Amino acid sequence: MTNFLSGLLRLRRGPWENLASVLIGLGVLMLMQPFVLWAFTYSFIVTLIGTVMFIITSHFPE
Amino acid sequence: MTHSAMDAAARATPPNIARRIRGLSDRTIAWLFVAPTIFLLLAINIFPLIWTVYLSFTNYRANRPNKAVEWVGFENYQNILTDDGIWANMQATAHFLFWTIVFQVLIGFTLAWLINKKFKGNDLWTTLIVLPMMLSPAVVGNFWTFLYQPQIGLFNYAVEFLTGTPASSFEMLGTTTLAPWAIVIVDTWMWTPFVMLICLAGLRSIPDYIYEAAEVDRASKWRQFWTITIPMVLPFLMLAVLFRGIENFKMFDLVVQLTGGGPGSVTELASINLKREAFEKWRTGYSSAYAIILFVTVFGLASIYVKALNKVKER
Repeated sequence: MTNFLSGLLRLRRGPWENLASVLIGLGVLMLMQPFVLWAFTYSFIVTLIGTVMFIITSHFPE
Repeated sequence: MTHSAMDAAARATPPNIARRIRGLSDRTIAWLFVAPTIFLLLAINIFPLIWTVYLSFTNYRANRPNKAVEWVGFENYQNILTDDGIWANMQATAHFLFWTIVFQVLIGFTLAWLINKKFKGNDLWTTLIVLPMMLSPAVVGNFWTFLYQPQIGLFNYAVEFLTGTPASSFEMLGTTTLAPWAIVIVDTWMWTPFVMLICLAGLRSIPDYIYEAAEVDRASKWRQFWTITIPMVLPFLMLAVLFRGIENFKMFDLVVQLTGGGPGSVTELASINLKREAFEKWRTGYSSAYAIILFVTVFGLASIYVKALNKVKER
């Protein structure tokens, strides 16, 4: 956990990519879940933030 | 061209042109060769994408080209993401996507595992198994509608034979509970061979000496399977899931042929609904926003998937 947080602070690729991946996964789950409409409503913005974050952070140093 | 002919062509080149060609650096020549491809990529992929993003913020309708186009901001996105119908389409897509991938991976891997055993006639079996994926989706959709007919369909009679349920008592394509499974069955039937071929390539790439070393170490068959076969086939399996996932997310032709999205809208996948919005209701701006939502979803998923694939390959 400490490594993860320090990686985030030092703008390292691994932890930032993991965070972006979690956001994308969460967004897709929200888009396709059958339980609550508000999750569907906010799914796109979550996926979009995750995807843009993924593109940017994949250029961070290892 | 022979050397003498090339020499003759070089001598025939006017001195000013020859000087200009000699003056080009390797980098410029490389760019000259790559330029047509880049141009095509920009014209066919990038420009339409940017144009779609622009249209998604407007109320443009392709069947009314003379009507003034108004900027509506995020209204299209807001309407889509608060629409119960589209939410239901997304759930239908999720059901289709999840179960087709589960079945195709399980059956495809099992078939590959069996075909990989050396037995007489396995080439013939491979050819027979891959036949469905060579057929056109329109043809497959059409003949499966016959197979699913309650009165004459072979599928219903097979179910009757296996379970005792009377063939005419259920309708695969006409019942809201069965229709989503009907399209899963057909897609699995058609595309399992594809997954099987990829898994087979993975299984055949494992060198025999690894198994021999495991035998020497007295590893059981079960242990060999989990510690050698699965890890070495995993990158291939993940590739198959990526291909099938992307393909099934935009599945259109097969399902349209089979159910047309019905009964009601239980099999109306996102791509079918998108086509209706774009080319039946002609809401081009709205459907552009819809397409962008689907694109971002697939792109995001593919990005994390490729990352996972690279990690597995590094191992």
